[in-house]
Amino acid sequence: MTDADGVRDHATGTAHDGPAHDGPAHDGPAHGGGHCGRHSGRHSGRHSGGHCGRHSGGLDGEVSRYGGRDGGAGHGGAPESGADAEAAAVSCTGLRYSFGESTAVDGLDLTVRSGEVFGLLGPNGAGKTTAIRCITTLLPVPKGMARVFGLDVAADRMRVRRLLGYVPQQLSADSGLTGRENVSLFARVFDVPRRERRARVDQALEAVGLADAADRLAKTYSGGMVRRLELAQALVSAPRLLILDEPTIGLDPIARTVVWEHIMAVRAATGMTVLVTTHYMDEADQYCDRVALMHKGRVRASGTPRELTDDLRARRGGGPAPTLEDVFRDVAGSGLNEEGGEFRDVRRTRTTASRVG
Amino acid sequence: MSAVPAPPPPASADGSLAAPLAAPPKDRPAWRVVPARLAAMCVVELQKLRHDRTELYTRAVQPALWLLVFGETFTRINVIPTGGIPYRDYLAPGIIAQSTMFIAIFYGIHIIWERDSGVLTKLLVTPTPRAALVAGKAFAAGVKAIVQAAVVVVIAALLGVHLGWHPLRLLGVVVTVLLGSAFFACLSVTIAGIVRTRDRLMGFGQAITMPLFFASNALYPTTTMPDWLQVVSAVNPLSYEVDALRGLLLGVPAHLPLDFAVLAVAAAAGITAAAALLGRLAR
Repeated sequence: MTDADGVRDHATGTAHDGPAHDGPAHDGPAHGGGHCGRHSGRHSGRHSGGHCGRHSGGLDGEVSRYGGRDGGAGHGGAPESGADAEAAAVSCTGLRYSFGESTAVDGLDLTVRSGEVFGLLGPNGAGKTTAIRCITTLLPVPKGMARVFGLDVAADRMRVRRLLGYVPQQLSADSGLTGRENVSLFARVFDVPRRERRARVDQALEAVGLADAADRLAKTYSGGMVRRLELAQALVSAPRLLILDEPTIGLDPIARTVVWEHIMAVRAATGMTVLVTTHYMDEADQYCDRVALMHKGRVRASGTPRELTDDLRARRGGGPAPTLEDVFRDVAGSGLNEEGGEFRDVRRTRTTASRVG
Repeated sequence: MSAVPAPPPPASADGSLAAPLAAPPKDRPAWRVVPARLAAMCVVELQKLRHDRTELYTRAVQPALWLLVFGETFTRINVIPTGGIPYRDYLAPGIIAQSTMFIAIFYGIHIIWERDSGVLTKLLVTPTPRAALVAGKAFAAGVKAIVQAAVVVVIAALLGVHLGWHPLRLLGVVVTVLLGSAFFACLSVTIAGIVRTRDRLMGFGQAITMPLFFASNALYPTTTMPDWLQVVSAVNPLSYEVDALRGLLLGVPAHLPLDFAVLAVAAAAGITAAAALLGRLAR
């Protein structure tokens, strides 16, 4: 599925593709395509990196294998409702989305394996949120561009939604309800039967450490608590794929750590797949099994954080260990700081940050 | 950053979590999804009202003023042909309809707010068909409107309006207000889906509420209107809501079957239009 040649066709065959996209990042031989769509099902925690990342451009040469990251528990639940247990959690093939003239996602290829924590990284305006909104069925995409556990997001919306837990970038808990009522609403809309509802809601609240604050109005919560409440809302339906859009934006370092600890604990307990966007490279480095670096609507490199940094170091011929941020500068080329995303993106980010803060 | 949340006990999400949260709920049969979603949205609205009744009180001020000031004054000057009943009685159902319409229309603004705040976005990623979500929101507005209607009925009764209290008639009032509010809430969501910003919707909300109110039979019988205004009134669902409320609460002659039919069709059309445009709000 992750067919690198397909990507290149897209890259050269579109009207939107201005010179801005034809940086050095594209010119290298395309690696790593081919055998990536389907996996043999069970990753019992360890990820054999190396085969599946798409490394276009600057990342040349073999990437080193890195199997040391322990991914916690195994696979999320049993196959149900037509979802293919063997399929990748997310697979996008040439995903493209435009808002009028501006192309936010421009031929995105992405494979998120079942059971991993996958980080989609990039600056504001890279197209991360748009890609997420396509995968979550919020934006209409043509058939064949994006699949969740084998289900086409364009053709099987309802079934895809049942598999998803989604926490948008904005603060999305209802401030006029208590924590418990917020979670209970999502139990209802995911058809949790009445007799199970209370237990599940309690359990979701407990999983994020909000059991004591459950009966307070959400408007009295701190930013980090609201984020955890949103996590509980997403968890109450036991999703197989948890999608978090900038979950720690605007939070202070301690609250960020707390939010991540809960994400990792829940992941360890349930084995669900986690797809997270962030522009905090340090978080990605610490918590993600694999990452994809996105810039101007495309994935410029992907792999485990260690692979990416090791690879850069090798190409630089040694020296101090580079960070993910260095890798990003390397693959995205120059011009990173001049355009920090569209006005609307920045405004949304700031609004969220100020609400959280 | 205001308060730093205390770090959770590290064991808060260990193995004990695995059982129910690891298993997704089973699908409901499709025919049960829509009623379930309607119930979920209405429950949320009632919960919110329970936590914060301020809006209930502030929204009672205007209808009270209409009944007290406008109603009493025009009862005295006695210039409006009401078919033999005191003007304050004639006015009361009109004010119930008007105040519930206001609630429903401003509910659409609330939906834009939910869009901006991410609440709506998240609901759109649940296994809820667009139409069920819109219908749920519409009837949630109706629930809020019914509470408001009860308040206005009490005010009217205190002012000496002669109201009928037969349970079946009151049930009819509930249905009327529910359908009328569902329509006006959907009208507002439809406009929201077209204009897409809160500021613009605010402008539209202001611009349509008063014309809908004045171009109806809420304040005066349509027979006193110029011909062109009678046409507007005849296509204005508020007129049918008022007519039904008058018939049910005052026992005056009304066209109840026609009123209910028009309101039901209007509500269905509103839900359809709003559901079609809801996707635009997600973008």
